[in-house]
Amino acid sequence: MYLRYGAFSYLPPLTDDEVAAQVRYALLKGWPVSIEHSSDPHPRNVYWEMWGLPLFDLDEPDGVMAEINACRSTFPSHYVRVLAYDASLGRQTTGMQFLVQRPDVEPDLVLSRTEGSDRTQTYGVVVRGADTRGPTDGG
Amino acid sequence: MTAELTKDRWDPGVQSYAGMGYYAPDYQPKDTDVLAVFRVTPQDGVDPIEAAAAVAGESSTATWTVVWTDRLTANTHYQAKCYRVDDVPGRPGEYFAYIAYDIDLFEEASVANLTSSIIGNVFGFKPLKALRLEDMRIPVAYVKTFQGPPHGIVMEREYLNKYGRPLLGATIKPKLGLSARNYGRVIYEANRGGLDFTKDDENINSQPFMRWRDRFLFGMEGVNRAMAETGEVKGHYLNITAATMEEMYERAEFAKELGSVVVMIDLTIGYTAMQSMSHWARKNGMLLHLHRAGHSTFTRQKTHGVSFRVLAKWCRLIGVDHLHAGTVVGKLEGDPATTRGFYDTLRDDHIPTNHANGIFFDQDWASMPGVMPVASGGIHAGQMHQLLDLFGDDVILQFGGGTIGHPLGIAAGAEANRVALEAVVKARNEGRDLLREGPDVLRAAAEHCRSLEVALATWGDVTFDYTSTDAPDAVPTASA
Repeated sequence: MYLRYGAFSYLPPLTDDEVAAQVRYALLKGWPVSIEHSSDPHPRNVYWEMWGLPLFDLDEPDGVMAEINACRSTFPSHYVRVLAYDASLGRQTTGMQFLVQRPDVEPDLVLSRTEGSDRTQTYGVVVRGADTRGPTDGG
Repeated sequence: MTAELTKDRWDPGVQSYAGMGYYAPDYQPKDTDVLAVFRVTPQDGVDPIEAAAAVAGESSTATWTVVWTDRLTANTHYQAKCYRVDDVPGRPGEYFAYIAYDIDLFEEASVANLTSSIIGNVFGFKPLKALRLEDMRIPVAYVKTFQGPPHGIVMEREYLNKYGRPLLGATIKPKLGLSARNYGRVIYEANRGGLDFTKDDENINSQPFMRWRDRFLFGMEGVNRAMAETGEVKGHYLNITAATMEEMYERAEFAKELGSVVVMIDLTIGYTAMQSMSHWARKNGMLLHLHRAGHSTFTRQKTHGVSFRVLAKWCRLIGVDHLHAGTVVGKLEGDPATTRGFYDTLRDDHIPTNHANGIFFDQDWASMPGVMPVASGGIHAGQMHQLLDLFGDDVILQFGGGTIGHPLGIAAGAEANRVALEAVVKARNEGRDLLREGPDVLRAAAEHCRSLEVALATWGDVTFDYTSTDAPDAVPTASA
């Protein structure tokens, strides 16, 4: 399974320069950037693990890139995403979200079916084979 | 401020509307008044002030002759007041009439009542050749009585877990005739290829060739398969439009039982039904898509009808989560400036007066959530940079023919649109000039994506350049 997730998953994986350009865009808009990781790519899994707090006081892409790289190397078998928060009145939500790492071997998403009356089914998406290993030692 | 009441005012017989107080040039509109501006085309020989006053009268308390029963009421409070009449620039014989209505004239939270009041009577009035409701100002006091969109733009994104880019959809084609199983195939292919949504067409309800229940079952099979293929939340706007409310509730409940994230309704069900479904959608956590079916019968001509921007305001009050609002560059009517006005009206919290965009009043929505506009009709991947430049991120771009007509198949068509969109969003964020460099961005993206390359080759030259029937009238003023 090749996970589709966030704003750019249909493009070739972003290079570090391209990630930095997206981070720069968020910072120029005044959106603090946050880094999160997870081994569970289920479409309804909203809360990935936070790699520290949102980087409220970093306004240069370099600092953010360093954190992104630290998270990626600590969890090489996890998906890692970058979010930016838009705190402005009327939004107060997430402004952008995109993947910056996917594991070399991705889990499968399997459609589970529970048959009901007539031809109705209750569907679920089940993640099989997620790599749930914890952080690596060192970076 | 109010017309002096004299003994003559109450003499039986016909009196001028202006004389009865419906024209009040010194009236200062209150913050709580509902305001409307009409484009009035009086019959030859009819005084424009009297025509404007007649519109005010016939859309509030008047009738064609003096009635004594008016004297049992605080009639000067309830009568609408035309407080301003302007010539329409460049169009002799047409006038903009500004009319204020006291908030007491309206039932709380009822679009049916609002519309019956303002447009229910006056449009057939013989002394007018034509009449168009151009814009309305809904006072905050009245806005706050309405539920508004069941979810709104921000909540929709959180629900779908999709941020930072427009959403993509496609209407299933052909409009009619597919069997339920084959219909579900199109839903599956388009969603798994990379779109976020697919859509029933407005006239797909429950016909002999495909009954609604069968469509819902096969459709959700396609949606769920696509979710498992891609890992993204997908949806198909299941059309629950039906002949009666009872039928509609039954279809909506079944859609919910099957786990759909979204249902759709057509404008033709009427404002009361729309409001009922809106309340149901909020209670049941369902996104509500409105297809503006039939609106062009009354929104399109400049001289007569109701401008779409007014319909957009009514739909936000009712409310709905999605509303088709025009593409500018596609097959259906809509010039850039007026369309910009529609999008701002749907999305923003405060829209200032801007005659260049056809916005006649300041409108405050007092934090009522925004409606996600939908751009649908004759657009294709080759226009993606123009669409993003025109509309920004908070829009749903729908490519029915542009997905299903792709030479390599439906999923390829979906993928082509998704790759084009992401490439253009990425380039915009990097600071590139979309209008100038857009075609280069698309060509570069096509080098990594065969389906986009084929899409550009198939449709790259298609445009729809016709003269708009409804562009704004503002005389452009030099900027400071």
